[in-house]
Amino acid sequence: MEDAGFIIGSYALTFATVALLAWRYVRSGRRLADRVPDEEKYWL
Amino acid sequence: MTTTESNLQREHTGRSTAGGTGTRGTRVIGILTLIAMVWLVAFGLGFSPADRDQDEAVRILYVHVPTIWVAYLSFITTAIASGMYLFTKKKSLGWDRLAGASAEIGTVFVAVTLIVGALWGRITWGVFWQWDARLTTTALLFVTYIGYLAVRRLEGTHQQRARRSAVIGLIAVLEIPLVHWSVRLWRSLHQEATVLDTDRNTDMDGLMLFSLFVGVVAFTLLYLWLVMHRTRGMAMEDYLDDRGLDEALVARRAEGDAFVADHATMPTAAPAATLGTEETT
Repeated sequence: MEDAGFIIGSYALTFATVALLAWRYVRSGRRLADRVPDEEKYWL
Repeated sequence: MTTTESNLQREHTGRSTAGGTGTRGTRVIGILTLIAMVWLVAFGLGFSPADRDQDEAVRILYVHVPTIWVAYLSFITTAIASGMYLFTKKKSLGWDRLAGASAEIGTVFVAVTLIVGALWGRITWGVFWQWDARLTTTALLFVTYIGYLAVRRLEGTHQQRARRSAVIGLIAVLEIPLVHWSVRLWRSLHQEATVLDTDRNTDMDGLMLFSLFVGVVAFTLLYLWLVMHRTRGMAMEDYLDDRGLDEALVARRAEGDAFVADHATMPTAAPAATLGTEETT
């Protein structure tokens, strides 16, 4: 595949950014959930 | 961690769940997203053919187009939620959180679009960046939403935050038509829309179109998953902000009461006058 570095790099960059964002949201959600009572969590 | 935070943590230990912001719904969407992403990689990098003009570089478009689609979707959601906040009687902060979460996700996806687009440009045009109409308006869109997110962090109550950012969210969305039609309004290096061609002149190989479709579905599911987690996180942040403020007020009132009580038990003007009288006599 020509220009494989740019093509695979663009996929890697996209998925790495998405994974980082997802991880950050889940981690902060778990940390916050420890400090908030369940009755305040409308999604439960 | 502040004293207030640790008190809150102690107070609620045992009452909270370990699940964080996840529910069965987010888990289902998450699994579907992962499956769609695997399909995207398989079709985008494997099964779909090379393009007649762009050759292998076309494979980048299977992530480039879905990321800008998610950015548009995010900013339109921000505008709708902002409108719902401003123009409904209830002024629910839920709309404000949806607007904020969506703008945050959209900004990240515009950044990804710009970088991945630069990689595509390097292969196709020979340069990473050109001050082309589409690229410049997209960069402007990115800067505008950075400003929106900065305004959300200004000092003030949650309702003040919601009001200010809702106005900006409604104005900023007007940039999307400008970005989308910039390739027609000005002479542009960037290619025109292929799938969303208003002249209905779509001419794409079936596997290419399918790969693009899989990408759009995968990233739309991802957006849903992210926005659900983020709005829930924001709801908890707001709750803790309010609790922190309440606790600080209670602590301040207690300090004030203690001060008043101390001074109420101390002798006041009379002993001083007595002392003065003794000295003069």
